[in-house]
Amino acid sequence: MPEMQAYGVAKPRYETFSYLPPMTPERIAKQIAYLVNQGWTPAIEHCEPERAHLTYWYMWKLPMFGVYSVEKVMAELDACHRANPGHLVRLVGYDNFLQSQGIAFVVYRGGR
Amino acid sequence: MAPKAYEAGVKDYAKTYWVPDYVPLDTDLLAVFKVVPQPGVSREEAAAAVCAESSTGTWTTVWTDLLTDLDYYKGRAYRIEPVPTDPNAFYAYVAYPLDLFEEGSVVNVLTSLAGNVFGFKAVRSLRLEDVRFPLVYVKTCGGPPNGIQVERDRLNKYGRPLLGCTIKPKLGLSAKNYGRAVYEALRGGLDFTKDDENVNSQPFMRWQHRFEFVMEAVRKAEEETGEKKGHYLNVTAPTPEEMYKRAEFAKQLGARIIMHDFLTAGFTAHTGLANWCRENGMLLHVHRAMHAVIDRNPLHGIHFRVLAKCLRLSGGDHLHAGTVVGKLEGDREATLGWVDLMREAYVPENRARGIFFEQDWGSMPGMFPVASGGIHVWHMPVLLSIFGDDAVFQFGGGTLGHPWGNAAGAHANRVALEACVEARNQGRNLEREARDILLEAAKHSPELAIALETWKEVKFEFDVVDKLDVQRS
Repeated sequence: MPEMQAYGVAKPRYETFSYLPPMTPERIAKQIAYLVNQGWTPAIEHCEPERAHLTYWYMWKLPMFGVYSVEKVMAELDACHRANPGHLVRLVGYDNFLQSQGIAFVVYRGGR
Repeated sequence: MAPKAYEAGVKDYAKTYWVPDYVPLDTDLLAVFKVVPQPGVSREEAAAAVCAESSTGTWTTVWTDLLTDLDYYKGRAYRIEPVPTDPNAFYAYVAYPLDLFEEGSVVNVLTSLAGNVFGFKAVRSLRLEDVRFPLVYVKTCGGPPNGIQVERDRLNKYGRPLLGCTIKPKLGLSAKNYGRAVYEALRGGLDFTKDDENVNSQPFMRWQHRFEFVMEAVRKAEEETGEKKGHYLNVTAPTPEEMYKRAEFAKQLGARIIMHDFLTAGFTAHTGLANWCRENGMLLHVHRAMHAVIDRNPLHGIHFRVLAKCLRLSGGDHLHAGTVVGKLEGDREATLGWVDLMREAYVPENRARGIFFEQDWGSMPGMFPVASGGIHVWHMPVLLSIFGDDAVFQFGGGTLGHPWGNAAGAHANRVALEACVEARNQGRNLEREARDILLEAAKHSPELAIALETWKEVKFEFDVVDKLDVQRS
């Protein structure tokens, strides 16, 4: 057994997938494919890291109703990130039957 | 029609209560009992006796029977079916008219269906296997104070199960040391920690002190991680007055969630607390101490699926449901059956999962099933595969027993959970590729690597006692 490690100062986290290594384009594309295959609507939100705990983030345009193209969603994520450098960018999958989000995770983790 | 003449004496129950051509109404409350009659009692007579004793009948005819329209109020035993695995037992189906039950009262329903009849001499043993609550009755009950969808919105947690941990040792810690254990587990990445069920307000840790230290721990962990977290503050108490006092104090401290033991406290206290939670925006975690006393014997008692249905009507946002794979009893198909009854809006009849009746819940919210008891990080893939996203996984020993402590244990569980969710979404098979998924994730997490090493040999492979009554080929 390796030697005991101290846990240290906890880092800010952003819910689902924030305990995994930062997202790569290939991994993001697979999650988008899952999202649209579930019949959910992709949507993008962004926020200053210091206000990330608040419920409502800024919407990046409207949810992408009727969009099933992984490339198109990737391009919008990228556009949101370029327009808001330093912001957290979150991908959401709206499930209109359950009136909930089937998935939501942070794609760009801000300045870190 | 005028009543017929009064004849005193005892008459066969079957004459009044066995109605094999009866077609149940949509508004009837239906029940199915597993009956083992005394020797010499026919199945029809035993079924009718169970029906009579749980509805309008008593052992002898009384003149006041004729002052009412008994045909309107009586229950009807309408079907008998063999139990495939037991030649001595049979299923008796009973239909009860809606007016036999007070609106919004599972207390009243259980007092009838699981009342005197269970001590009745004409039957050797009796088990209430399932109940169909008519939708018109469901609509009179409060149900979960928040439900799955509202809880996700309140906590901002989507697309994954929630993670919890029961604080151990379950008895004997001081409030400050207890708060430390909570803080470490939450800062490491858990969503919830939990009071053990028998932690109420003992001399070693009074409830006020626990609530204060624990809420300080929750706030600090939320500040560090930026995520919303909670500790199930157990408000189970000797009296309802005391229970409400503890709930009010939890709210005053800013708690998001409290907990209650519905069976030891009783449905009256529980339903009252669920109403309080609905009015006060509080999540309600429900523990089920004493359930195995009632539901484990396959021949006598009340099946857990009935208790789960009653609890959904009474109100709760989480309910313990077994793990299938951990240290506590629970067959996989039977567990999936009652998990459906907790979460879905409509559940069709499915005998392969032990569901005897379809159940329409209308728009009543669903509850998170809680998988807890003897599970650790190696179980994560199969738990996700069995329960899906809408569940709470609670690793007690599997968090606190990590060689580097609670925070590292919590972190390991969170990494494993997220790796499994990501892999599932990518289309990978969680049960077949479990090992690869976990070992890949451990490359980026020394906490997970150590957890996998620590628990690699632990298994709980005992057969279940309460099996579904289906012939297996």
